[in-house]
Amino acid sequence: MTEPTVDAPGGREPITLTPVLTQRWDQPDSFTRRAYEKAGGYKALRMALQRKPEDIIEAVKDSGLRGRGGAGFPTGMKWSFIPKDSPKPTYLVVNADESEPGTCKDIPLMMADPHVLLEGVIITSYAIGAKTAFIYVRGEVLHVFRRMQNAVAEAYEAGYLGTNILDSGVDIDVVVHAGAGAYICGEETALLDSLEGRRGQPRLKPPFPAVAGLYASPTVINNVETIASVPSIVERGADWFRTMGTEKSPGFGIFSLSGHVTNPGQYEAPLGITLRELLDMAGGVRAGHELKFWTPGGSSTPMLTADHLDVPLDFEGMAGVGSLLGTRALQIFDDTTCVVRATGRWVEFYKHESCGKCTPCREGFWWMVQIFDRLEKGDGTEADLDKLLDMSDNIAGRSFCALADGGVAPVVSSIQYFRDEYIAHFENQGCPFDPAASTLFAPESQQEAGVRA
Amino acid sequence: MSDTERRDDEQAQRSAERVRTGVRPEESSPTKLDDNARAELREIVARYPEPRSALLPMLHLVQSYEGHVTPAGIEMCAQILDITEAEVAAVATFYTMYKRRPVGEYHVGVCTNTLCAIMGGDRIFEDLSEHLGIGHDETTEDGKVSLERVECNAACDFAPVMVVNWEFVDNQTPESAVELVDRLRAGEQVTSTRGPRICTWRQAERVLAGFPDDLATEGPQAGPASLVGRTLAEERGWTAPEGGQRAIEGRGEAK
Ligand SMILES: Cc1cc2nc3c(=O)[nH]c(=O)nc-3n(C[C@H](O)[C@H](O)[C@H](O)COP(=O)(O)O)c2cc1C
Ligand code: SF4
Ligand code: FES
Repeated sequence: MTEPTVDAPGGREPITLTPVLTQRWDQPDSFTRRAYEKAGGYKALRMALQRKPEDIIEAVKDSGLRGRGGAGFPTGMKWSFIPKDSPKPTYLVVNADESEPGTCKDIPLMMADPHVLLEGVIITSYAIGAKTAFIYVRGEVLHVFRRMQNAVAEAYEAGYLGTNILDSGVDIDVVVHAGAGAYICGEETALLDSLEGRRGQPRLKPPFPAVAGLYASPTVINNVETIASVPSIVERGADWFRTMGTEKSPGFGIFSLSGHVTNPGQYEAPLGITLRELLDMAGGVRAGHELKFWTPGGSSTPMLTADHLDVPLDFEGMAGVGSLLGTRALQIFDDTTCVVRATGRWVEFYKHESCGKCTPCREGFWWMVQIFDRLEKGDGTEADLDKLLDMSDNIAGRSFCALADGGVAPVVSSIQYFRDEYIAHFENQGCPFDPAASTLFAPESQQEAGVRA
Repeated sequence: MSDTERRDDEQAQRSAERVRTGVRPEESSPTKLDDNARAELREIVARYPEPRSALLPMLHLVQSYEGHVTPAGIEMCAQILDITEAEVAAVATFYTMYKRRPVGEYHVGVCTNTLCAIMGGDRIFEDLSEHLGIGHDETTEDGKVSLERVECNAACDFAPVMVVNWEFVDNQTPESAVELVDRLRAGEQVTSTRGPRICTWRQAERVLAGFPDDLATEGPQAGPASLVGRTLAEERGWTAPEGGQRAIEGRGEAK
């Protein structure tokens, strides 16, 4: 085993990669049932069906698994909120809407290994007493939708789905459902409205989905990676899961590095690894450049800088520096990047994706886009920065759902760390950066690629 | 009825229809939604515990028959689900994948969300727009290519990213993007960099409605960026810890 080459913070052991979910991805036919079974797939399902549903919920609780869709809610606890005596059917809904800018882990997972998700779906359905599960896949990923649907068809053929699965007396059906393009449908209650054939607009909570979710029935809604982690916990145990990660953020997760990094891609590691460690594995920031800013978990998590390279990437570590772990979507931007341009584009995204239900979010992001246009052109003033911060306060505190909080995150954090750069735009009467220099096909970066090759 | 009266009446009906459906009727040709389509729409309904859940896939199917969401499609969905046309139209106008004007044979999306934009997506979009002579959400006159700026498509590690009929075309440059659309317009078979041979937009919409084609097993299992961590772990001998054997302690009795 090769030791990592950079120091771990605080004298802890260096962390290495721990492929579990990504383990089978390098097999050319990894998406087929045969390949999955050959690698030990569906063994966990057989084990689960030998146990009582409550035991599975206990095991997931003991593992400390926290939601991988961004908010990090304890998964076992969420499952245990499902009422035992509801006269209505219980549903499982998998959130496969992956649309948070920077987030790109669930899509390759479903493309390469749809059966691990499906096995998780079947086990979870059994644990919570659901006879029907839905996998809500964003519509803009056609081949992923095909792979998921194909896996479901294969599972029916093998008797993993349908009536009396594996002679257990349990019936489970799975429907793969395509969305139609709306970021807000990733928000769990908006997703439920969308799955009911409506505009995807968030619902008031409470009642929580566990009590009144899909069709006002008890519903568990979890992220793809959360559910895909379940078979390994069932098979290898909660204690095994806890040998990775930290006390409060146990287990492994997929870290997605993108942007100005030598080898962008998916790195599966225990929670608590640092960006310094991950960057070292990924060959560092693009040659000849330095890290300027990065997002820990998508555009909705406040950006950080090179000062935060050694902060553990777990829920507590990120909260400790005023950010969020989110979806471990590490978007890396080097010194060629204009932070005003980056932030302005994100604000445009939130404007476009606001569902329109509440005024501060709907109007606020619209106004912010106007201000950013001005700022980028160099026509802004320092008063605009105060206005942006003031508006951020009003949008985040007074809106209905977390889209609004997410949308102001890049605004507030970029002004916090790069106020001078905003000011340079007025002083310079325009953007001081050359957008061509940031591109992957910038002459400079092509030369470097040539040198590496 | 005089000619003028008839015209006025027609106009009134059209604008009523437009209010109802949000779709301009003058842009729609005769409907292709036949009995077969109706039967397939009902088939979608049968997949769900409650009929209305079928609406999103139904609208995908309408697009695959019609080339966009047409008034006839809205009417048929409303009839089948026993809801109003206004209710269907309200849904159709909420989601960006539903189009109110005819879409080309190839829908070309360029990701211009922050990360892709900075990595080159903005340049790619500009160059394509100039090369094709169309802007965002427009279609070439030959009906071949529609161009759209799309939001993050969950492929940021392959930036700059494009999608053709919602299939990934990864790691693009302005040159490769122009070459790609030229090949599409010339009617050549194009293959996704991380997927199968690219079908038409209407065929894609049919798959999203839940009617599979036979392409699921085509294309690689993963793109190169998806595998970097996996490969590095292999090279360095890094693995997840060995699993404990007794997975779930038998707190309850085995069934
Ligand atoms: C605007 C917005 C978008 C979201 N998008 C997603 C998404 O694409 N995928 C996802 O799993 N969770 C998303 N979430 C989080 C979900 O609301 C929810 O917390 C999650 O699906 C719960 O699953 P987990 O506990 O397994 O993480 C989003 C939340 C918000 C506010
Ligand atoms: S905060 Fe924005 S996205 Fe959320 S409900 Fe309000 S308008 Fe819709
Ligand atoms: S930003 Fe383009 S795919 Fe994510």
